[in-house]
Amino acid sequence: MKQLALVIDLNVCVGCHACATSCKEWNTGGAAGPLTDQNPYGKDPSGTFFNRVQTYEVGEFPATETVHFPKSCLHCEDPPCVPVCPTGASYKRAEDGIVLVDYDKCIGCKYCAWACPYGAREIDEQQQVMKKCTLCVDRIYDTALPESERKPACVIACPTSARLFGDVHDPASDVSKAIAEHGGYALMPEWGTRPANQYLPKQPKQSVAAATVARGMDPRTIDGAMKP
Amino acid sequence: MNPAWSVILLTTLIGLGQGLLLAMFGVEVASRLALTGAPAAVFYLAGSALSVLCLGGGLLASFFHLGHPERAWRAAAMWRTSWLSREVIVLPAFIAAVTAYGAAHFYGWSCSLWIGATAALLAIALFICTAMIYICLKFLQEWHTPLTLVNFILLGCASGLLAAAVLAGFVWPLLMPALALVAGIVTAAAAVTRGMTLARNALLRPASTLQSAIGISDPKIAQKAQGAMGGSFNTREFFHRRTLQFVRSAKWFFLTAAFALPLLLIALSLTAAPPRLLTLAFAVQFAGLLAERWFFFAQARHPQNLYYQVIS
Repeated sequence: MKQLALVIDLNVCVGCHACATSCKEWNTGGAAGPLTDQNPYGKDPSGTFFNRVQTYEVGEFPATETVHFPKSCLHCEDPPCVPVCPTGASYKRAEDGIVLVDYDKCIGCKYCAWACPYGAREIDEQQQVMKKCTLCVDRIYDTALPESERKPACVIACPTSARLFGDVHDPASDVSKAIAEHGGYALMPEWGTRPANQYLPKQPKQSVAAATVARGMDPRTIDGAMKP
Repeated sequence: MNPAWSVILLTTLIGLGQGLLLAMFGVEVASRLALTGAPAAVFYLAGSALSVLCLGGGLLASFFHLGHPERAWRAAAMWRTSWLSREVIVLPAFIAAVTAYGAAHFYGWSCSLWIGATAALLAIALFICTAMIYICLKFLQEWHTPLTLVNFILLGCASGLLAAAVLAGFVWPLLMPALALVAGIVTAAAAVTRGMTLARNALLRPASTLQSAIGISDPKIAQKAQGAMGGSFNTREFFHRRTLQFVRSAKWFFLTAAFALPLLLIALSLTAAPPRLLTLAFAVQFAGLLAERWFFFAQARHPQNLYYQVIS
């Protein structure tokens, strides 16, 4: 069975928020829209987002690293938000594992948001229904789009390709390979939610020389061998 | 969590309504067993009316929690998986049973005991549904304990018994001392289990940490940006934004008002006849129970708060 998901490489995320803004742009006009804002140009702007980028400083000065951490619904394989929904508005699709909300059935009781340990769900203050990442379900299957664009808006927007999209149940997919090769991990594994989205851990910094050699770009070499 | 008044009122008012029904049913069983004299029908009639009023008030309050109250009927759909859905079904059924119980006594139906038994079972079922809504969220560790159910039952019964005692004071004074005594015993029991819950929660260690939340094991992590300038649903729904001092005061207030003062007033009322003291005890206890429920919500630390270090 298919399980679509995102894999986010923390090594290359630069925290530019392009994923968050392109997500908002696509989804406010797409099938999941509008994503309303409150007081967008005022003192305390607030609004509905499916995706937010946070920043953490890890370690102790001077040995610190900045980690940009994009955060959205993880499309858990055992989503705690789904069984608690009293109306059935919250559901997980059998065919591709995407967790969605049917806005026409949602009564806005917020119980699903309480039941999500990741805080991935946000109520739309204007429409009063629960909203969350749809993995751009309205574009990934859109045959009117060229094949290369049938990906979530955040994945296409990412300038460093920090976001990979695919079927994590298919061992041959790019996302499965990335998880296997780079030690992809799930958030808060202690709750048994089995998030489908995974993160690729930040690797220790390489020195410039080592990185250059590793990339095969050392000007002293030809085809990997030292120049005579 | 940020306590919502709609949910505080819902859980305290229906708890009172459930406790009142259980108290009346207890009186009827005791009178059938000739343990007490049988009160006049007006006791059951007024009690049922009061209970329905509380349950209706709680139901009304719950609508204010919904973004789309006009769709509330949909909430009965997912009873196979959702405790909230089960509560939505059991609450109206219970209101109907209490109404029938009052009618049975008003018209003098002989089957009143059976209707009362059905209503009592529904009252217990409703306690279970309400408590399980909170217990089943395992990562809200403060709630994820059978003590939550025990507290909901005992606190509801304490206020219901006290209400029944006050009612008896006005319409059937012979019953008042016995009901007040049982109310005192249940209040004391509730004080013990609520105290146990406070002790348990004080020793809780959160299973999730910032490290497990973002998957980085370094012991020193400082949040620099939370992904929103002016806050978001996440920063509003899950933080009560009160000072530690305020939360502590709420705790001492509810320990005093829900348990200590009502116990004192009940003890005094056992020696003095008028129901005024009991009425005061009931009012003080209900205020205490509102504070208790506020504290219940405020104390729960949602793991999503780990992503908003600057607010907590």
